[in-house]
Amino acid sequence: MRPAPFDYVAPRTVDEALDLLARHGDEAKVLAGGQSLVPMMNMRLVRPAVVVDLNRVATLGALREDAGGLRLGALVRQHALERDGRVARAAPLLAEAAPLIGHLGTRARGTVGGSLVHADPAAELPACMIALDAVFHLQSARGARACRAGDFFRGLLTTALEPDELLVEIELPGPSASPGPAAPPGSAARRTGHGFAEVARRHGDFALVGACAVVALDAGGVCRQARLVMFGAGDRPHLARAAAALVGERPGAARLAEVGRAEAGEIEARDDLHASARYRRHVAAGLAARALGQAVARAEAA
Amino acid sequence: MTTRGAVAHDIAVTVNGVARRARVIPRMLLADVLREEWGLTGTHLGCEHGACGACTVLVDGEPARACLMFAVQADGSRVETVEGLVDGDGGLHPLQEAFRSRHALQCGFCTPGILMTLVAYLRVHPAPSEAEIREALSGNLCRCTGYQHIVQAVLEVAGGPLTPPSPRRGEGERA
Repeated sequence: MRPAPFDYVAPRTVDEALDLLARHGDEAKVLAGGQSLVPMMNMRLVRPAVVVDLNRVATLGALREDAGGLRLGALVRQHALERDGRVARAAPLLAEAAPLIGHLGTRARGTVGGSLVHADPAAELPACMIALDAVFHLQSARGARACRAGDFFRGLLTTALEPDELLVEIELPGPSASPGPAAPPGSAARRTGHGFAEVARRHGDFALVGACAVVALDAGGVCRQARLVMFGAGDRPHLARAAAALVGERPGAARLAEVGRAEAGEIEARDDLHASARYRRHVAAGLAARALGQAVARAEAA
Repeated sequence: MTTRGAVAHDIAVTVNGVARRARVIPRMLLADVLREEWGLTGTHLGCEHGACGACTVLVDGEPARACLMFAVQADGSRVETVEGLVDGDGGLHPLQEAFRSRHALQCGFCTPGILMTLVAYLRVHPAPSEAEIREALSGNLCRCTGYQHIVQAVLEVAGGPLTPPSPRRGEGERA
């Protein structure tokens, strides 16, 4: 099928794009990589009156290092996450997750910002952004605001973004700048590790369940920060409360398995064509422990 | 006031090295303009929602599903399609030769998309392993071949270790 008729505009600057969104509001859809929007338009699940194509706004495609962290323009393509050495250095979790997002041909077009704003509950990037405690910079003609990743995802394909707002940039703190209790003065720098695990039917499919984790240890191997995020099971990614209890401990495999089981009991798990809720919980417990275990091992080796 | 979506846009695209122009309405897909305006029917449309990969072309060197791009978006870009793989004398691309000799296609519907995906991949990864080839192909569906022969054809081009062709029944009996 072909989309219902729409008017097409391709602004050259963020301000032009914001003016268009202010004018058209709910009637407009923002086109980034098009790997989610265009299928929905082709199937006429979405019929925007106006499509605002961001692909000519050059500034949105910038990727830069910033104080040990990263700043990703919303239009950075997903394949840049797996190819760009700066991502591997500053946000290795993203580099590891990227090859599992769709396929070569969709990652070459699909954007980081597009995936976040689309907010598919089984998508990898929203969960990774919460684990990394990213900050999303949103703009509208009314002004700018920042929203932490943990506050951005509200439900199935639903976010905190207003109809006249644009996700402009994603700010990722560096591995050592993540929040959490500060290391005591004089102690060696914290060592950070990440972990990622998911179960999907085939390579590139949306995950039935997935887990990602970021763990920081101090010089003595004591956990200073542990963020575990589950995705694919409920209507949005879930930041595990159970993992925060690891702070102050030297977690071993049995303890991580316990956290995994606790988190599997916390998540909302849905029944659908692809898997039962019971199966999702069962797998979630194992994946959570695996992602945490990877993160701890990497932090120890760092 | 004009009817919604009726305003046409003039686009200029370099397709397989040839400068092309067209006047397109916004809802026209890149695949539509390739096939219907410029007669390049080698690009096949399968699912029309990005799942099958049959319509894969290269836009500025990167693979893209031509069903998930509006033609107007391609203005100013460089597009490569399966028609561009043959050389000036009509000789097949080495990958196409390998597909032919290894029986890597049956009905051929998915073949152009698979070739374009692999051409882009091999430019960056000239010597992939079998597992990497399968991963590279994960976004392209073929309902005939079972992929085995496609993977073998890529390995042949990439200089990888090949499975020896299975012996024909008569030869096997003599051995």
